[in-house]
Amino acid sequence: MKALKYLIVGFVFGIVLTKSEAVSWYRIYEMFQFQSFHMYGIIIVAIIVGTLGIQIIKKFELKNAKGQVFNIADKEKGSFRYWIGGLFFGLGWALVGSCPGPIFILIGAGFLPMILVLFGALIGTFLYGIIKEKLPH
Amino acid sequence: MKFIFQTWHWAVSGFLIALIMLTLNYFGKVFGMSSNLRSLCTIAGADKYSDFFKFDWKSQRWNLIVVFGAMIGGFVAVNFMNDPSNVTINPKTIEQLQTMGIDAPNGKLLPNALFSNEIFNSPKIIFILIIGGILIGFGSRYAGGCTSGHAIAGISNLQRQSLKAVIGFFIGGLIMAHVILPLIFSI
Repeated sequence: MKALKYLIVGFVFGIVLTKSEAVSWYRIYEMFQFQSFHMYGIIIVAIIVGTLGIQIIKKFELKNAKGQVFNIADKEKGSFRYWIGGLFFGLGWALVGSCPGPIFILIGAGFLPMILVLFGALIGTFLYGIIKEKLPH
Repeated sequence: MKFIFQTWHWAVSGFLIALIMLTLNYFGKVFGMSSNLRSLCTIAGADKYSDFFKFDWKSQRWNLIVVFGAMIGGFVAVNFMNDPSNVTINPKTIEQLQTMGIDAPNGKLLPNALFSNEIFNSPKIIFILIIGGILIGFGSRYAGGCTSGHAIAGISNLQRQSLKAVIGFFIGGLIMAHVILPLIFSI
């Protein structure tokens, strides 16, 4: 039963991203060409609703499913890793038109070449793990 | 019911994505898809090569289930909820892509030039997809998150670090879309 709720959340996520074309290579390209508001609209509305939700949760000290106060961890301090890591990520995002969520969603939808992207993403993650200590953060 | 089968409005999508993030917060979890890549590396045995992968991946099993659910969602949406698009890609974008030899969408999510099964015969495209994946995997771990973890969850939680990462995402994306991509497809 515990697994089922996560399966449902993921299922809805997969449908939402597919039906709003956030998994579309064309949408990502169009976004980076500033030729449509569609993707910006998705991201901006998600951030506005998300921010309001989290502020309400914090202000009223709402309890989560376990009856505890919500615990949403802060990101680690730093700058370099965010700028440069972000830059690498952005290059990949615009090249294959997918971020990690959509990679999985599109494989599920049956686009076999996306398996190559997943394979690359696993190599990239592995590479980071191997050279992490040598990288400036 | 027809609207469910057409392309969903961006406001509906954005609202639902935020709800998904808040639902995971309610379950005591944090929204972030790229963490699954690290779990998968650990499952594949990467912990033998780096301490970065020495963690209890079972504590992240919930996230693997989310991503598995998302795959089923993608399958259902593409196979059973598909109706010719009502929100169309900007014609200028399509024209621009044609000059690079990339086919028009016509209701498709991905161009055949990059994602049809014929690409398995093209070393160039195979190389592009793997390199793109490496950049995504390396970049998301270096930056500590991807679109879901930083752009949505991080910024919603007013994290300055996430804003830096997202600006980085866009600088990288703009360089790729405006400079490198046209070069790749003109060769």
